[in-house]
Formats: sequence, structure tokens, C-alpha cells
Amino acid sequence: MNLTLKIWRQKDSKAKGQMVDYKVTDISEHMSFLEMMDVLNEQLVNSGEEPVAFDHDCREGICGMCSMYINGEAHGPDRGVTTCQLHMRMFKDGDTITIEPFRAAAFPVIKDLVVDRMAFERIQQAGGYISVNTSGNTQDANSIPISKHAADEAMDAATCIGCGACVASCKNSSAMLFVGAKVSQYALLPQGQVEAVDRVKNMVAQMDLEGFGNCTNTGACEVECPKGISLENIARMNREYLSATLKG
Amino acid sequence: MALDSKVPKGSIKDKWTDYKNHIDLVNPANKRHIDVIVVGTGLAGGSAAATLAELGYNVKAFAYQDSPRRAHSIAAQGGINAAKNYQGDGDSTYRLFYDTVKGGDYRSREANVYRLAEVSTNIIDQCVAQGVPFARDYGGLLDNRSFGGVLVSRTFYAKGQTGQQLLLGAYSAMNRQIARGKIEMFNRHEMLDVVIVDGKARGIIARNLITGEIERHSAHAVVVGSGGYGNVYFLSTNAMGSNATAAWKIHKKGAYFANPCYTQIHPTCIPRSGDYQSKLTLMSESLRNDGRIWVPKNMEDVMAIREGRKKPTDLSEDERDYYLERRYPAFGNLVPRDVASRAAKERCDAGYGVNATGEAVYLDFASAFERYGREQAKIHNITNPSDEKIYELGQAIVEAKYGNLFQMYEKIIDQNPYETPMMIYPAVHYTMGGVWVDYNLMTTIPGCYCIGEANFSDHGANRLGASALMQGLADGYFVLPYTIGDYLSTDIRTGKISTDSKEFEEAEKEVTERINFFVNNKGTKSVDYFHKKLGKVMWDKAGMSRNAQGLTEAMAEIKAIREEFWKDVSVPGTANEMNPELEKAGRVADFLELGELFAKDALMREESCGGHFREESAELDGPQKGEAKRNDEDFAFVAAWEYKGEPADAVLHKEELEFKDIELKQRSYK
Ligand SMILES: Cc1cc2nc3c(=O)[nH]c(=O)nc-3n(C[C@H](O)[C@H](O)[C@H](O)COP(=O)(O)OP(=O)(O)OC[C@H]3O[C@@H](n4cnc5c(N)ncnc54)[C@H](O)[C@@H]3O)c2cc1C
Ligand code: SF4
Ligand code: FES
Repeated sequence: MNLTLKIWRQKDSKAKGQMVDYKVTDISEHMSFLEMMDVLNEQLVNSGEEPVAFDHDCREGICGMCSMYINGEAHGPDRGVTTCQLHMRMFKDGDTITIEPFRAAAFPVIKDLVVDRMAFERIQQAGGYISVNTSGNTQDANSIPISKHAADEAMDAATCIGCGACVASCKNSSAMLFVGAKVSQYALLPQGQVEAVDRVKNMVAQMDLEGFGNCTNTGACEVECPKGISLENIARMNREYLSATLKG
Repeated sequence: MALDSKVPKGSIKDKWTDYKNHIDLVNPANKRHIDVIVVGTGLAGGSAAATLAELGYNVKAFAYQDSPRRAHSIAAQGGINAAKNYQGDGDSTYRLFYDTVKGGDYRSREANVYRLAEVSTNIIDQCVAQGVPFARDYGGLLDNRSFGGVLVSRTFYAKGQTGQQLLLGAYSAMNRQIARGKIEMFNRHEMLDVVIVDGKARGIIARNLITGEIERHSAHAVVVGSGGYGNVYFLSTNAMGSNATAAWKIHKKGAYFANPCYTQIHPTCIPRSGDYQSKLTLMSESLRNDGRIWVPKNMEDVMAIREGRKKPTDLSEDERDYYLERRYPAFGNLVPRDVASRAAKERCDAGYGVNATGEAVYLDFASAFERYGREQAKIHNITNPSDEKIYELGQAIVEAKYGNLFQMYEKIIDQNPYETPMMIYPAVHYTMGGVWVDYNLMTTIPGCYCIGEANFSDHGANRLGASALMQGLADGYFVLPYTIGDYLSTDIRTGKISTDSKEFEEAEKEVTERINFFVNNKGTKSVDYFHKKLGKVMWDKAGMSRNAQGLTEAMAEIKAIREEFWKDVSVPGTANEMNPELEKAGRVADFLELGELFAKDALMREESCGGHFREESAELDGPQKGEAKRNDEDFAFVAAWEYKGEPADAVLHKEELEFKDIELKQRSYK
């Protein structure tokens, strides 16, 4: 198929960006979206132009690097996939595709489609851990049984890949789904209880500091989340937060 | 220089404990004055950085991604081994040790492997304490699955995302130390050289990938945990950015590179579909627990399937050739990876491949649906369940175990693997070769350590499934933090290492010149053009089976591609900005050297062992006819190569392998 691409080009964080049109031809429906971008970039390199910078690494939906806002949706039109897992069979010959970076005040553009997600790092550093040193004499892993249900639920929350699609999809640029997922993972496990109060307070405080918006329950994040992280995680975080503030 | 593996004396069971009892320690007050650089934040680097910081050292960690959590370890699916014997099926430290040495086709160092097996149980305890949500059974205890090449269930897992969960565990431990200021994290930074002062590794030169700035970083020791070099083949299951640069740079500065030809070609990957393909996707080996591998028995059926006249589900049981079960009745679909891959290649070379390219075999879950379905029907007291009901119940169990893999498959191939068997074909996956290290994980450069997949590791000539995660975390959490202390104990009075020395200046100059060369070269071909060309030579001539003629040709061809690359590569943009093409150029330049050394090593090793299959060295008759033939008489050694300029001039140093605790045997999975 032949396509027209409208892509956000921005030289660096200070430059003013703009949408630029490109044409690509002979795109196979079996290609992944990023393979289509490779074709474009190869074309640009061969004509001596600068290729489009975009983040990607694993190309199998797990590292969370890729982050394109395609035709007005984070990670594009398919559901339950990251940009790298999106395939060209979702598009048809003659389509015009708009490609922008994930936008949010807390995610400044570094170049073209690459954004800075360090805010997520700082939120994790504020409390996304259990304080246990590596010693080699931790208690036996089976000494605390954890119900299969709790373990599975914790696992579901823990599958968040930290991509930021939830933020990019939210009209308020709220990071509640991301933070809720991390808080939930620990809240659901006995190992997480000791520091539960401080964790939720510190992570939420950091989230506010980073300039993410409030949650107004539109649910857009859940729809676009490639890992199916559910709104239940936000509700759980709110309960944790409330009980933490009550405990002082 | 003679190679000294520094393996401690004493019986294999006591070596590590005795060693720990006798090494020099650095007291906590002194650790504060010691800096350690860790390149890489995968399971190996991440766990090392966190633990070293907990101990009190000042750690500087580097990753080329925008977060430590995105290191390629995140992609590991199937699981991690540990000799916990929770299933009571006869597992033990010795058995894990034995399986790993045997699985590696007797080409690893016994003492290291034993230590790995010994600390494996601590890893699981540590990860659970960190909140890693491993799969559990209904009693609330940890669940296990089994992996290829072994007869026990010792693999711990978190759905199909074990690597992700383990890495998030190490990442959380890092975050705690970043918050305390004990780890300084340099995301989006790439190490481009190591700096050696007075014969010791004292720092690195790194490029800030956002600004293009070249930076000097000093430390008392440098740890490289930069992952494997599978991308030398261009197409592999590795991440796009996975590279050998850090490992190759230390090699060029004096670290020997061991067994480069030991590569793992993984049997269960999604087949390639076209020339535009940028990477290959693994379908976890754990699927072989429940999936059966087959191709049609008759050529007419192969043709009918390829032409779309028949579907695989149309073929009856006796029209199918479950070739692994046929050839290896004892291990069946769970033979080690190298064996399974060669068997798939054998069938496809004979013309039985089931897709248009002729390079695919089936992985079929129908019997698992049925088996689990019947079991579930019993559990739920459903009498006389219909076939559909059984199927539905079975499917739910399979989905709970491998749902994300099935979904991944469907998104890529656009076929529903619950309804039709998956198609799979072997792909490059892991590199057992890597930087040579002694028992302390130190390279031949004093003060320069190498951990995780980047070192030549504990897996000999073939790695068993679920053992890389184990090794990465063992190195980082439990081994390096001890061994490095012994070295650093002599550095407590050294004080900060200055970056103003001529050594730093020279290293920086070299790096800058190379970058400037790339951006000013203005050639006519993209970096990918050369990378793909290299990959094709590697796959065709140094892939699943190798011979002297092909390898000799490969060396010459790679050299020619390298020369063309340096003449004609085109890198748009400038040095002082984010420039992904420039990053790739540097990595491919290193692959173009490594590839040639790889072929040289494969040519030297005139035996078949593990993933290295030399067509000249196969069993000619007897019950093992056609199987790989090892030559212990002449090749029971680690090949450690010393850099001498051109890869073809590299000098071989042999570390002879001694087998005191395991008898050398022909590997048989029949
Ligand atoms: C798809 C897939 C599935 C797998 N599944 C399993 C499994 O189920 N079980 C198992 O045991 N093993 C599995 N493996 C193997 C295992 O995941 C890897 O061997 C292991 O994770 C490697 O860890 P590592 O820490 O050595 O390196 P990596 O995780 O690759 O980390 C490398 C780090 O080095 C950094 N880096 C690299 N070069 C530079 C540089 N020049 N400068 C700065 N930083 C640099 C990167 O940023 C990254 O942080 C799998 C591998 C793949 C590809
Ligand atoms: S919650 Fe979903 S969308 Fe948000 S960062 Fe995690 S995986 Fe991405
Ligand atoms: S590139 Fe890793 S999730 Fe898309």
C-alpha cells in the first residue's frame, strides 16, 4: 500500500516543531508500524536527510520505549498493543497517517517523536520499592504463602510497562493509572505492607510535583493502555491514599 | 599472558564458602570513598548496581535506554531456574550443576557452574522479598514449570513475563539507592571506551545520547554488564539496540574475548516474513511443556498446506511426524534448544517446512487443550463433557499459562493459535560466548569486571532455558559484590581518580575522532545496509550448521563488508545532538569486527559442541547417527582471544577445562 505520513519534526527540546508530510510506497500489510517507519528512514538516509527520531527497543511490546501518538490515539488504532506491535494491516492503501509524540507537560519533547519520561523515574524513586537489602539470608520464599488470587492480581498490576500512553491519552495528562498500578502491586502483597503508608503518600506527592494533572475519571487511560491495566488500580490507590492520610 | 582462572582449591562443594571466608573485605567507612562504574542495568548490571550501593560503594550506572527498567532483560519470558526442590522431584544443587554442565555440552568451568547452582535458591528468596509476583498454586506456594534438557520442574515464572518482573525487582532496588544518592543513574548514555590508568580500569568515556556530549567518568573499578551480541546476525530476538560495543571496547583494550562462536539459536521463534523484517520474536520455550512439534509426514500434504488447499488441522495423527518425539523418545519435545533447532532445520532442509518460505514447523496445543480440559471437567464434576466443553476448559488453562504469548503471536501473524497450530522456526537468541572472566568475574584487565550475558558465562556451548536470568542475578546480587571487594580492598587509600590524566584525554580523543569520521563521511549507504549484509553472511555461513569452507569465506566476506562500510557509510545529522543513526554506526562498526573473530573461532573449533555444529564432526553411524560429535581430546578448552589489531590476527589462549566432579559423556537425549 501507499501512504501519506504527517509526522511531528522537532530538532531539539528548544526548537519549535512542525508537522511534515512524507510519502511511503509499497508497504506490506505484514509489516509492523515501526518497520514502516524504518522504510521511511532508510529512504530519508539515502537522500541525505535526517531520519525521524523515535524511541523503540524490544519491538515486542514489553520494554515500554516506543511511544507514538497515531491518528489521535496513543499507540494507534489497535487495542492492547504498543506502537511496535501495531501492524500495517490496520491501515489501508491511500491512508494519511498522523504521527505525533506522546504529549504532556511532564513529558517534554527531546527530538521529533522522542519524549522525556524522567518524571516516571522520579515517581518510582519516591517509593516504588520494598526496602530489603540483598543479603543471601532472606527468609525462604515459601515461608509466606500468598493466595493465588492476590499473586495474580499483583502480577496484573505489575505488568505495566511504564510507557506513558495513559498520560498521553488523558485530557488532564494524569498519571494515576501508572502510579496506581505500582502502588497496587505492593498493596496486594504482604511484603508491601510495612511501608504502605509512606509509599502511597510519597509517590502521590512526587506525581503532583511533576505536574501531572488530576484524574477526572474519564477512563481514557484504561482504553489506551497496551497492557490492560484496569481502573480498579486507581480506585485501590485512592483507598490506600485515604487510609494513609487518615493514619497521618 | 597465561590465563589464570583463579578457581579456589578444595572440594567443589566448599570452594565458594571457603573463598568468601578468606577474601579481604572493605570496611563500611572506606566503601564511601570508593567509586564503581556499572555499565548496563539489565538483570546483571541492575542487581550489581543496587547491591554495591547497598554495601556502601558510590555507584555510577549507565544505560542507553531512558530507564534502567527497559534493559533487554525485560523481554525474557519463560522463567528462572533455582534448585529449590519445592516440587520434591529430586532436584538439588548437584543436579542443577550437573544439568547445566551437561546441557552446555561440557564446555563450561565446573567451579563457576557449581557456585551458580549454589546461590540459585537465594535468588528466589531475594526476589520474593522484593515483591516479585511469581506464579503461585492454589495453596499459596510458588509454582514451577519445566524447561528443556532437564527432568525436574525447577523453573519459577511470572506468567510469560518473568524477565520483566525480575528486572522490575532489581530496578526497584536501584530506585531505592538512587533516591538515597548512592547510585547516580546515567540514562540515555552510551559507554564508548574504557580508560586504563597504570594497567587498571579506572573509568569510561560515555556519550550523552540527548546532547551528543562526550563525558569522562572515573572510578576504582568498571563493571560491564552490557548484554549479548546476538545482533551480529542483524535478525535476532534481541532488542534493536542490543549491542556488543561495551564488551568489544574492553576487548580492544586488553580483555580477552572467549568462545565467540557459541551462539544459541532458539527453536521456537516466529518465522520471518519478508525482507523488511527488523527483528524476530521469541515464543517462550515454556510452550514446549504443552505444545507438540510436528511437520506433515507426506510431501503431498506439505504442498497442499503451502498452497492453502489443506489446513494443518485437517491432518490426522498418523499423517503427522512428531519428529522430536520420534527421534528423542526420552526427552521428546523437551530436548535442549540446540538439538531442537537442528532437528527443525533438518526437516525444513528436507523440504517439509510448512509456510511459503519453507522455514516453519508447527507447535501444536491441541493435545494440551484436551488433557487440561479433561482434568478440569473432573475437577468441576462435569460428567460426559462434550468435545467443545473439554476444549473450552482446556483453552482457559492454556490461556492462563501463556495468554500473553498467544496474544503476541496473533498480533504478529494474524492467526488465532487457539484454533490453528503456531508456526515456529529457530532464530538467534543468546550468546554463550563473551568476555573471558576468571572465578572472580574479572576480565584480563585488572579492575574491569564483566557480568551477565556479556561474559563467556557458565553455559558452555549451549545454555539451558531459564538459566540466563539465574546467571545474571547470581552475578549481580551474590557473586560480584563479594569478589570485587577483594580487589577494592587495596584501593582504600587511592582517593578519587582524576579525569584530567592523559589516559582520559587520549581515550576521549579517539572516541571523538571516530564520531567525527562518521558524521563527515557522507557515503552513499545506510548503516542498516551494512548490518543486514553482515547478518546474512553470519546466518548463511556461521549459523545453525557450519563448515570450514563457509567459515573461511565468511571471514573474507566480513572483512570486505567492513572495508566498504568505512568507505561508504552515510550518517546524516551531526555529532552534537540526538542522532540514532550515529549510535547505530558505532555499534555496527564493532559488530563488523566481532563477526570476523566469531568466524575465526568457529573455524578453529573443529568439533561440534552445543550450539556450535560443524558438519565435519557428526556421528557417522550407530544409535547416535547424525548427532553432533564432540572432541574432548583436542577441544576441551575455552578459546580466549587476544586483540591484535585485525580480527584475523587475534591470538588464541587456551584455558583447559578440567572435569573432576562430572564425568565427560556423550550427551544423549534419546
Ligand atoms: C526474547 C528473550 C527471551 C528470553 N527469555 C529468557 C528466559 O525465559 N529465561 C532466561 O533465563 N533467559 C531468557 N533470555 C535471556 C536473558 O533474558 C538475557 O540473557 C539476560 O536478560 C541478559 O541480561 P544482562 O543483564 O546480561 O543484559 P541486558 O538485559 O541485555 O542489559 C544490557 C544493559 O546494558 C546496557 N548497555 C549495553 N551497551 C551499553 C553501552 N555501550 N553503554 C551503556 N549501556 C549499555 C543496556 O542499556 C542495558 O541496560 C531471553 C532473552 C530474550 C532475547
Ligand atoms: S498504565 Fe498502561 S499506559 Fe500507563 S504506563 Fe503503564 S502500561 Fe503504559
Ligand atoms: S519497542 Fe519495546 S514496547 Fe515497543
